[in-house]
Amino acid sequence: MSGAEIHALIMPKWGLSMTEGTVVDWLVGEGAEVTPRDEVVEIETTKITNVIEAPAAGVLRRRVAGAGETLPVGALLAVVADASVPDDAIDAFIADHDAAEALAADEAEATPAEPTMVEVGGRRLRYLAAGQGDSLPLLLLHGFGGDLNGWMFNQPALAAGRPTYALDLPGHGGSSKEVGEGSLAAFAEAVVGFADALNLARTHLVGHSLGGAVALEAALSAPGRVASLTLIASAGLGSEIDGDYIEGFVAATRRKTIKPFLERLFADASLVTRDLVDDVLKYKRLDGVDAALRTVADAVFPGGRQATVLRDRLSGLAMPVQVIWGAEDRIVPAAHAAGLDANAAVHVVAGAGHMVHMEAAGEVNRLIEAFVRGVG
Amino acid sequence: MSRKTFQQCINEALAQEMRRDPRVVIMGEDIAGGIGSPGERDAWGGPLGVTKGLFPEFGESRVLDTPISESAFVGAAVGAAATGLRPVAELMFVDFMGVCFDQIFNQAAKFRYMFGGKATTPVVIRTMIGAGFRAAAQHSQCLYPVFTHIPGLKCVIPSSPYDAKGLLAAAIRDDDPVVFFEHKLLYGLEEDVPDEPYAIPLGEANVVREGADVTIVAIARMVHVAAEAAETLAKDGIGCEIVDPRTTSPLDDETILESVEKTGRLVVVDEASPRCNMATDISALVAERAFAALKAPIRMVSPPHTPVPFAAELEDLYVPDAARVADAVRRTLD
Repeated sequence: MSGAEIHALIMPKWGLSMTEGTVVDWLVGEGAEVTPRDEVVEIETTKITNVIEAPAAGVLRRRVAGAGETLPVGALLAVVADASVPDDAIDAFIADHDAAEALAADEAEATPAEPTMVEVGGRRLRYLAAGQGDSLPLLLLHGFGGDLNGWMFNQPALAAGRPTYALDLPGHGGSSKEVGEGSLAAFAEAVVGFADALNLARTHLVGHSLGGAVALEAALSAPGRVASLTLIASAGLGSEIDGDYIEGFVAATRRKTIKPFLERLFADASLVTRDLVDDVLKYKRLDGVDAALRTVADAVFPGGRQATVLRDRLSGLAMPVQVIWGAEDRIVPAAHAAGLDANAAVHVVAGAGHMVHMEAAGEVNRLIEAFVRGVG
Repeated sequence: MSRKTFQQCINEALAQEMRRDPRVVIMGEDIAGGIGSPGERDAWGGPLGVTKGLFPEFGESRVLDTPISESAFVGAAVGAAATGLRPVAELMFVDFMGVCFDQIFNQAAKFRYMFGGKATTPVVIRTMIGAGFRAAAQHSQCLYPVFTHIPGLKCVIPSSPYDAKGLLAAAIRDDDPVVFFEHKLLYGLEEDVPDEPYAIPLGEANVVREGADVTIVAIARMVHVAAEAAETLAKDGIGCEIVDPRTTSPLDDETILESVEKTGRLVVVDEASPRCNMATDISALVAERAFAALKAPIRMVSPPHTPVPFAAELEDLYVPDAARVADAVRRTLD
């Protein structure tokens, strides 16, 4: 970093519907030295709370936004610069900041536009594309009952210099609710069909939970199509799973009955906001979702156990494999990350639950970026 | 998911249910645009255009323009429901319902009971409610308490575009007669709503906003008036929990009682005339079943017991506004 550079810390845009956020608390004081991994400020939206990390190494010269303040996306929150940058240069930088411009610059880099639909094998699948570049594309697969919005903290970061696609699996999000037999093989076929439809010859697969098992199944059935495999809190690596969660999620129809189950997804249960719960309920009310979830639960998690354990087959895979887990995962135990084939790089993240890619987004993003960059 | 108005949501729910089930038919005055319309066959789509576009897609066997005789076409809809169709009848303004009370109160509402549970009457009667439209005393009432009073009828009163679509789908799929009340001032309200069909169960209240100090139960447009009051009160550190029952029959008394047990204070906001309305009914429910939880007297916010005035100044005074709701909330905290 050149000594004269001034870096803005702006209100991020997490997900398509976010228009503003509230500063919950500053984690770093003015005048403190920061490095790019340091968590600087905690931001809350109606959907979720997350931290923003320092944009560059330097000194947190100015906190522009106060705790409790609600500001539009793109608004200036703080300024990071070298200690040698004069105060009046910082003042001028703050005076010149334009929220719309800052956001536009940020969006041009990575932030996705609107989801798109594509027809695959007689089904409509919804996906969100973001990023461009010559690097191999990266495909994100959510977990049971989730959708592409679950990658809101990850996709923008991963899309820097690389095409990324977050897919709604059949039966989920905005995709067709027809799931066939609802098995891992059926999902893997849909994923390969999606890659065919978009002419993606080889992709990095990143899968969370059920999506991890689907990615693994796809890598086994179509190894030539998968450049690398990142399995996050993945199903398919052991037989244990929180069967009560699966049944509770399928059966619950009301805010108060589903909330306790959603809280199990996070190490910090306070992350489950009203809007998050509402989004899940709105999905669950869609015609066909009940039947789809029932079919998938019965096929993949019958009797509160995982039907398919593929851990012994990791050794047969030619592509690099990375496994990431939240140490406090209450849905699929982090113990499944232990004793895997030596070919797999394993990272267990402290203080995070099943939704480790949301709770420790910065760290998970760095792990994925570094891992896929090594491949192409 | 896309932006849709309340009115578009009603139209979309009708279209999707008609595609889903060939037994669903719609009927009412000018719902396509019949005699006297300017020529083309989908001229009007109802007085405010809510059903526009359904006639070209579903044709004259499923989109029925009726004579101006509510007693005849509501009776026909009830009979058709009893014999295998799932009609949705549109009765322009709830104020006109008086001429077909027998068909609704004494026929539709009673069939299941009178025939030993062997008859079902899956009819929906859609109708507009509410003041603020400068439409005077005979086109502005909120008569849902009258229908809530009758056992055998279900009463649905949506307050948002999302709820309107999902509740109308549920009403059409329900095997009992449902009266579906649409507040005309909500028709232009817009929000993100799924494009796919979905149903919201009848009898589940929606906690629109969470708060610790005072429970506000509000219906239809009053949900938005209450929300405006809650925003103002939040600035003074007063936390309001807003419960929208969404259906007054069945009424989700559990959600209302749970909220009052948490806050200890209740304000009910109801645009219906004050005697025997939902405010008195819900206040009685809480007084009887959660009295020990109350820290202050219950407050009711309703219009005065008069016809809805035609003079704009008087109509504006008649309808409860956010200032009156905020005042009632503050009085529970005195």
